[in-house]
Amino acid sequence: MTISATPSAKPDATSRAVNLTSEPALRPESPAPSVLFATLMKDLRLEWRSKDAINSMLFFALLVVVVFSFSFDPTGDDARRIAGGLIWVAFLFAAVVALGQTWAREIRNQVLDAYRVSTAPANDLFLAKALGNFLFVSVLEVVMTPLFVVFYNLRVIGPAYLLPVIGLLGTWALVVNGTFFAAISLRTRSREVMLPLILFPISIPALLGMVEATKIILTGESSAKFWIVLLAVYDLVFTTICLTLFETVLDAE
Amino acid sequence: MKTPVLIAIVVVVALLAFGLYQALVVAPTDQLQGDVYRIIYYHVPSAWTAFLLFFVNFCASIWYLFRRDSISDAIAVTTAEIGVVFCTIVLITGPIWARPVWGIWWTWDARLTSTLLMWLIYISYLILRRFSTGGQTPLLAAALAVFGFADVPFVYLSIRYFRTQHPQPVIGGGGKLDPGMLHIMLYNWLAFVALAALLCWFRYQLERKQKDVEETIALESLLEGSPR
Repeated sequence: MTISATPSAKPDATSRAVNLTSEPALRPESPAPSVLFATLMKDLRLEWRSKDAINSMLFFALLVVVVFSFSFDPTGDDARRIAGGLIWVAFLFAAVVALGQTWAREIRNQVLDAYRVSTAPANDLFLAKALGNFLFVSVLEVVMTPLFVVFYNLRVIGPAYLLPVIGLLGTWALVVNGTFFAAISLRTRSREVMLPLILFPISIPALLGMVEATKIILTGESSAKFWIVLLAVYDLVFTTICLTLFETVLDAE
Repeated sequence: MKTPVLIAIVVVVALLAFGLYQALVVAPTDQLQGDVYRIIYYHVPSAWTAFLLFFVNFCASIWYLFRRDSISDAIAVTTAEIGVVFCTIVLITGPIWARPVWGIWWTWDARLTSTLLMWLIYISYLILRRFSTGGQTPLLAAALAVFGFADVPFVYLSIRYFRTQHPQPVIGGGGKLDPGMLHIMLYNWLAFVALAALLCWFRYQLERKQKDVEETIALESLLEGSPR
C-alpha cells in the first residue's frame, strides 16, 4: 500500500470508497448477532485488548500460591491431601477479582441504564457476562494448574479425566452466582468488599464439593460421584434462580 | 404503652418463667448427663425458633418479589434479625453444653456446621441490607434471601456427606427423648416462639416508623426545594 506514503486526496478517497462499498454489501446479509453473542464478543474483545481481568487474576492467584506455600508445608504426601483446597481457594479469590470488574465498565457511560430501557432480554446480558467470566476463570485455571503441579509436586492417583469435569462444574458454580452477586453489590457502598461477603457463604457447599472431589481424585481414595452430582445439581438450581431473578435485579432502581 | 402490648409482655414473661421452672425443677435429671442436659430446653427451642423465623423470612421475601409491598419487606428484615439473634443463642449454648458432655467446645459435625453456615448466610443478608444504598435495598435483599434459603439443603447435604466420610466424636442424644422431657421441650418452644413473636412485633413497629420518618423527611425536603 502506497496510499499513506503520498498524502494526496485522491487515493484516500478511493480507499474510503472501497470501504463504503464493501461494508453495506456485508451488512444486510449477515443477520444481527444475538444480544448474548454480541455482549460476549464485546467483553472478550475488551479483555483481549486491555487484559485487565486476566492479568490481575493471574498475579493474584500466583501470590496466593506463594503465600500458601509459606503457611502450609507443601511437601510429601500431605501436599496431595491439601492441594485440592489450596487450588480452589486460590481460584475462588482470584475469580472474585474478575467478578468485581464484571459490571464496572457498564456503569461508566450509563450502559446499564441503556440496557434497562432497551428491549434486549436481560438474561442474554446475564448469560453473556457469566460466560465471559467463565472463560476468564477457565483460562486462569488452565494456566495455574501446571504451576500447582510443579510447586506442590502433585501426581494424580485417581481417574484424572474427571478433573476437567470438576473444573467446569465448579467454575460455573462460582461464576454464575458471582456474576449475579456482582450485579447486586453494584448498588451498595464499598462494592468491592460486598461481593465476597455475600458470595462466600452461599458458595461454601459448592466449594466443599470442588475441594473434596479434587482431593478424592488426587489421592485416589474413593469415588467422587456424590460430589460431582452435588455440583451439577447446585449449578442447575442456582443458574435457574439467577435467570429467574436477574431481570428484577437489573431493573431495580 | 398500650394495654394489649403490656398484656402480651406479661403473658410472654409468664410463659418463659413457667418454662424455666419446668426445665429446672420439674424435668427429670438425665441418667447419663446429669443436670447439665437441662440446657436442651433452651438450646433446641432456640434452634427451632430460628429456623422458623428464617422460613418466614424466605416466604416474606418471595412475597415481596411478587407484590413489592413494604409490609412484607418489614417482615423480612424483622424475622432475619431476630432469627440471627436466636441462631446466635443456639451457637453459644451449643458449645456450653458440648464441653462437659463431649469434652470439646466445638465439632465440625453436620448439624453444627450447617447452623453456623446458615448464621453466616443471614449475617451476610443483614450486611447487604446495611450497605446497600437507595430504595432498592428490599429488592436486593429479597433476591439474596432466595439464594440463601436455596443454599440450606446443599449446605446440609454436603456437610453431612463430608463428615460421615470422616468419623467425628459421637454426637450424644441420638436416642429417644423421654416423653416428659419432650413435653417440656415443646412447651419451652411455645414460650420461645411467643417471645420471638413479641420481639418481632416491636421490631416491625420500629421498621414501619423508620419508613414513615424517612418518607416525611423526603417529602419535607421536596417541599422546601433543597435537599438536606
